[in-house]
Amino acid sequence: MFTTFFFFLRAYGVPVSLNEWLTLMEALSKGLAYSNLSEFYRLARAVLVKSETYYDQYDQAFQAAFEGIETPIEIAEEVWRWLRDPAAMVGLSDEEREILALSLGSLDLGELQRMFEKRLAEQTEAHSGGSHWVGTRGTSPFGHSGFHPGGMRVGGQSLNRSAVKVAGKRRYQAYRADAVVGSRQFEVALRRLRRLSSRDETPPDELDLDATIQATADHAGALSLEWRRSRRNQTRVLLLMDAGGSMHAHLRICSQLFTAVNRATHFKDLRLYYFHNCVYDHLYLDPTCHPRNSVLTARVMQELSSEYKLVLVGDASMAPSELLDRDGIIWWGTVNEQPGIEWLRRLAHHFSHAAWLNPIPAGHWDTIYGRHTIAMVRSLFPMFELTVDGLTLAVRNLVARR
Amino acid sequence: MSAPTAYCGTSEYIASPELMQTVSVAVVLARPMLIKGEPGTGKTMLAKSIAESLGMPLITWNIKSTTKAQDGLYVYDTVQRLYDSQFRDHDVRDISQYIKLGRLGQAFVADERVVVLIDEVDKADLEFPNDLLWELDQMEFNIPETGETVSARHRPVVVITSNAEKELPDAFLRRCVFHYIAFPDAEMMRRIVRVHHPALEDRLLELAMETFYWLRNVPHVQKKPSTSELIDWVQALAAGGVDPDEIGRRLPFLGVLLKKDKDVDAVLVAHKTRGARAATGR
Repeated sequence: MFTTFFFFLRAYGVPVSLNEWLTLMEALSKGLAYSNLSEFYRLARAVLVKSETYYDQYDQAFQAAFEGIETPIEIAEEVWRWLRDPAAMVGLSDEEREILALSLGSLDLGELQRMFEKRLAEQTEAHSGGSHWVGTRGTSPFGHSGFHPGGMRVGGQSLNRSAVKVAGKRRYQAYRADAVVGSRQFEVALRRLRRLSSRDETPPDELDLDATIQATADHAGALSLEWRRSRRNQTRVLLLMDAGGSMHAHLRICSQLFTAVNRATHFKDLRLYYFHNCVYDHLYLDPTCHPRNSVLTARVMQELSSEYKLVLVGDASMAPSELLDRDGIIWWGTVNEQPGIEWLRRLAHHFSHAAWLNPIPAGHWDTIYGRHTIAMVRSLFPMFELTVDGLTLAVRNLVARR
Repeated sequence: MSAPTAYCGTSEYIASPELMQTVSVAVVLARPMLIKGEPGTGKTMLAKSIAESLGMPLITWNIKSTTKAQDGLYVYDTVQRLYDSQFRDHDVRDISQYIKLGRLGQAFVADERVVVLIDEVDKADLEFPNDLLWELDQMEFNIPETGETVSARHRPVVVITSNAEKELPDAFLRRCVFHYIAFPDAEMMRRIVRVHHPALEDRLLELAMETFYWLRNVPHVQKKPSTSELIDWVQALAAGGVDPDEIGRRLPFLGVLLKKDKDVDAVLVAHKTRGARAATGR
């Protein structure tokens, strides 16, 4: 039951490492959570979970693992059973087993068992007398556990089960990262998109010790300080956004990404253009895609070096003719000499790092209306779904060395 | 457990049971604790409260975008030494006089256990947390210039706050105890405001909070007002002698809560529709 918790956590996607698991053992052996299951819930969360985005998954795993458990003593026994035979933990890689063996080798198991037993003995006392420091909280001014707005009384009935109940409430659902969330998380993801370099036009602000010594020696010992430039971010980004009709459904998420990109102050340069379904001869300066406010795509490519990170945002869903045919452009009265796919190919060829963000969930890419064109676009650009996780993957792809 | 490890908040600072336990765990395990949460939920205040509650001195290390990990350990003042060597009024062979300990270094050599606040760790360079891994783990560092090793006499209680502006590296996270300060619910908020304004009229507080939570839920408000702003606002309302019934109707001193023109506009539009709805409801 106890080790299943570990695997439940992993199964629900909480990245728990063995180091953290052993920290939890250490905390338990120091008696940090034996008065009730709520404390175990909080302790394990503080030690094992390192981001509020995983709180929800943690709650689910906790509920799955401890459904029906009444007292922490049952957990304690499980912990001990596990410690006696940690190798029985299935599903670990050899590397992890090795770490485990090493770490457990350095623990004095006999001492640990004594501590456990002492703790368990104290536990009964704490329950009857309430004299243990963790137990006194029940009568402390914080009489409510504060777990949820309704306020569950600490020291009231069915306390031991409340942790599972609380976990079952899934209060942290809103913080999940795989859900489509606000621009703030996008910003965080975008911050990874940076490259440090000292090739910059900023004033030098770091003491160059070697050069200083050299210069001082050159001046026959008269001190002359030499400075150099510190490293600055060099990332340049070209963002192309689809403003076509089919994108209306994704307006909210796109505008969140847009806000995030605009707020990101760490780019050396950011260019933003719009296109309608597919990129053709022109790129547009605003989402209305009016030819009056447009620039030549070829011109943009000429102007921007291949160092620019190209990010395309669009659903890539259109009639195949829009992508493959000459004059396939959907707007009546406009023409294109080259088919859209050719323009996309040129873009992919010109920029060494590119990514396509698609607001349609990845699971639907093979089945929905635009699947043919999505597949074609994917053959040119690595495609990621427009979620925080997807953007993180895309950014990782964009900064990878080629 | 000996008394100094139990943290129960202080009279000035209301902590949730989850937060109290996180603090206790971090203190007992002697691991750094990482505190995240919306701005204005009292992350920095927490360190002060822990220091006060456990009776330890507080050393604050404010992180800026230019802060380097090294700054917290020690700074070797090369330039001073070079200058001194010009004028020959110091014995420049003694390098230790040019080594100045940073905030973390000071905490290590302190005579008693201290609380170290590393405030807004995410402001610094992405590599910053990685550069501190060993020092926070082993609580010691080496000064190559003098060949001296500074190790902590008492493992300090390390509180690290983050606004999630940057992701922190996994290796760093693995060593921390983590807590996310969720935005307080109404019950908690009432107690927090009470701590700061004990003499406040009940009705004023209730109506101010009602408007406050409504305001936080207005869509398109980019910078949502936080706890600290509510505390200021309530003070402004009390000091200004505003009639409690006027709060929801007139939204007085809105500038205390909202800091962006766009947000003010969004709230005023929402307020109009809310007023209209209330009128037809009657």
